[in-house]
Amino acid sequence: MKTLTFLARSGPHGSSKPKALLDMVLSAAVFEQKINYIFIDDGVYQLLPDQDPSRLAAKNVSAALPALELYGVDKVYVDTDSLQKRGLAARQLLIPAQTCHADEIKTLIADSDMVFSL
Amino acid sequence: MIISLVIHGAPGATQGPQTALSFCQAALDAGHQIYRLFFYEDGVHNAHALSVWPQDERDLNNDWASLVRRNNLDAVVCVASALKRGVLNEEEAARYEKQAASLDSAFDISGLGQWVDACLNSDRVVSFGV
Repeated sequence: MKTLTFLARSGPHGSSKPKALLDMVLSAAVFEQKINYIFIDDGVYQLLPDQDPSRLAAKNVSAALPALELYGVDKVYVDTDSLQKRGLAARQLLIPAQTCHADEIKTLIADSDMVFSL
Repeated sequence: MIISLVIHGAPGATQGPQTALSFCQAALDAGHQIYRLFFYEDGVHNAHALSVWPQDERDLNNDWASLVRRNNLDAVVCVASALKRGVLNEEEAARYEKQAASLDSAFDISGLGQWVDACLNSDRVVSFGV
């Protein structure tokens, strides 16, 4: 088993990156790898509830996030600094995410076998 | 060292694919083993057989296919990414009743499972063009 860390850095709409990264996370989860899923920078916007991109002819990728638990992905982190810079609070988020600081993220990355960032 | 590459980004549009190509060649020259090349999202455009490049530009599509053939590499395009972007092999073209196949035969179509497998079997997985 390997430890794979995923850094979600892009906003939920405007590119296919959030979906591309989520698909990687779910695939790795199906193969029962140890996963850290970290939301940072504009990626924290993916965690906001009640998004409706239907007028963009786009699917709401964030709607799939509550399914992470079913896949056994329970190490979900959100960067405190990114939340603060955007005026967001951890209690507003769609799924439970452990708040963490840059130092902790550094440790998570250092302890990972592989890191993917989108 | 056993290395796999994940290639994002279309050739000519972003620098990533060209850097990946150079990295791959350099790794092979240095005696490393390339376990797999995984082309994801816009990266599948690197596997297009139908692209025609201007004469004064480096034909990255041709260079990828030659590199894969020359070194007998395992090169996979992500099926979901590829179908959406019209990168189809004969089998997929027939299945979806499209008029042409566009995937260079140096590449295979498969899923993200192949990327996970690359993670499990490589010492390093390096992403390009993110």
